Amino acid sequence: MKKAAHFKFRLYIAGEASNSVQALANLKALCHELLPERHEIEVVDVLIHPKRALADGILLTPMLVKCSPGPVRMVVGNLSQRETVLQTLGLPALAR
Amino acid sequence: MNQKTLLNHKRPPPQSIPKACTGIDGFDDITNGGLPRGRTTLFEGGPGSGKTIMALQTLVNGARLHNEPGIFVAFEESSERITINAAKFGWDLADLQRKKLFFLDAQPSLELVQSGGFDLGGMLAALSEKAREIKAKRVVFDAVDVVLALMRDPAAEQREVYRLHEWLLASGLTGVMTAKGGSYQAKVMNYQHLGFMQFMVDCSVVLNHDVVEGVSQRNLRVLKYRGANFAENESPFLIGDTGMEVAGAREWSNVKVPPTRERISSGVPRLDAMLGGGYYRNSSVLITGVPGTAKSTLSGTFVESACLRGEKTLYVSFDSDVDEVVRNLTSVNVRLERFVKKGVLHVIWERSITGSAESHLMRIKSAAKEHGATCVVIDPVSALSKLGNRATATSVAERLLDWTKTAGITLVCTSLITDQSTQTEGTPLQISTLADTWIHLNYLVHAGERNRGLSIIKSRGTAHSNQVRELLLSDQGVTLADAYTAGGEVLMGTLRWEKELAVRTALEEGLRSAKQKQVQIELEEAELEARLKGIQIELDAKRAQKKALTRLGTNRNAELNRKKNRLREMRGVDLK
Repeated sequence: MKKAAHFKFRLYIAGEASNSVQALANLKALCHELLPERHEIEVVDVLIHPKRALADGILLTPMLVKCSPGPVRMVVGNLSQRETVLQTLGLPALAR
Repeated sequence: MNQKTLLNHKRPPPQSIPKACTGIDGFDDITNGGLPRGRTTLFEGGPGSGKTIMALQTLVNGARLHNEPGIFVAFEESSERITINAAKFGWDLADLQRKKLFFLDAQPSLELVQSGGFDLGGMLAALSEKAREIKAKRVVFDAVDVVLALMRDPAAEQREVYRLHEWLLASGLTGVMTAKGGSYQAKVMNYQHLGFMQFMVDCSVVLNHDVVEGVSQRNLRVLKYRGANFAENESPFLIGDTGMEVAGAREWSNVKVPPTRERISSGVPRLDAMLGGGYYRNSSVLITGVPGTAKSTLSGTFVESACLRGEKTLYVSFDSDVDEVVRNLTSVNVRLERFVKKGVLHVIWERSITGSAESHLMRIKSAAKEHGATCVVIDPVSALSKLGNRATATSVAERLLDWTKTAGITLVCTSLITDQSTQTEGTPLQISTLADTWIHLNYLVHAGERNRGLSIIKSRGTAHSNQVRELLLSDQGVTLADAYTAGGEVLMGTLRWEKELAVRTALEEGLRSAKQKQVQIELEEAELEARLKGIQIELDAKRAQKKALTRLGTNRNAELNRKKNRLREMRGVDLK
């Protein structure tokens, strides 16, 4: 079995907004469960870094971006529907 | 005392909420100054109703005319496409975008996957930042319905609309949201959020784009406007070369130009005489008649005389091609080509089928404004009521007259009356009641002839001739014939000619016989004088004779006396 890939995520949140808080919790849980020791989460609070949001074209929050391994994928929402999230991120096998 | 205080107490002028001028012709009139400043306005309408253009124009005018930078958030179309589409309006978006206008592309990506609830918090945070940066005063959210539809949850939609509204209020920006709706909404009942939005916003404008008998008719209506008065009726609008123009309120009270006593010529001196000196300046003149009664010709003479005075004139032809109009008028010695070349006369050809009555009026208005016209001729104005414009044409005609009155323009319009059998002489647009002067042309068929008759039906503020006169067209020009009446009928055509001839012959005959009589009398006079001379001579001779006789008698007496005395002397008789 080849060496498992290392996942890099970026999560854009809007401060303490409930969807944002939920998204962060959901992402952390998912990573802890399925990608232990091989993930990295960067959290960008657009309320603190609005220019960054503009530059990155992030208008809806919360927004999850899978930066690597490619291809880049984006999921908007509080990540409550885990199936959809896994499918989008290319992790269906890990779902079971 | 109390009463006095009450009377003296001046009520403060009614305070209206502050407004942000849209710079859209007519819309600011309807709303008495524009959109509510620092509040939210909703533009709703079906596809192609002009929401985006209106919103963008509000933003552009703010930036250009009032130095109020703005942000355009594009949810549906990309900013690139919007700027390309708006290029034809000449708003110079590229230049504005450098400093005063910011486009935010916010179209949801096709790739985007959704999992669970989300909100617009990120976008609003970004917008706050951008608004601070460019000191924005206005913001447009174009097609909010697109992003709200993503939520697939009425409660979430409502929450986000509320969030948007809160953000707008907090930011102090004058906000515009556009959303699909209007008459379109009735057909597609899936925009639940719209109802909520209408309640939330401070001002709501509905745009419609309908087709009536194949002719496009656009109009808008202010649905609500918190804290301010507004014109409540539907106002037609047009998307023209420079953007959107709304037909303003059309109340007569807007007319503020004082009436003038100045007369200007109709181009036919004898008609001027009938009118008591010509048309009043800044009045409206209606020339009605069946086809071929020289309505265009009569308006042509007016154009010529206006141009001769050097007045900028606009000639709007609905029927004939511009060149044809000029050529046809040449045949009656009305030469307009020189004025077209000089730039005094501007001729436009509005084919009756190219749009709604509304769009015609707006084009005429802008052409007149551009040309600086003080005299406008519309030939025929009845073309406005063709094709799907029946409902609107009357109000368009009214506004046409209002506009010329307000703008100080003298308007001459012709109107076709097709049904000669009706004796009503009414016009389809009911302009006849509004126009100041109404001249009616008709064919009078009598004694196997068809002649043009002209009568002045009304002319406000003028004592005018009541007679039906014959209108004569020739290569010498246009004039009115002398009126002859016989047996209560005005004579026309050959009858008039015959009468004229008879009168002339009778006059000549009379002159001739008078001359003859005079000669005869002169002869008799001379004869009498001659006789008088002979008698005088005779008289003189007689007198001389008589004188001589008298003298002779005296001499004889003296002689006798002398003789007597001598005898006495000789006889030595005492003389006593």
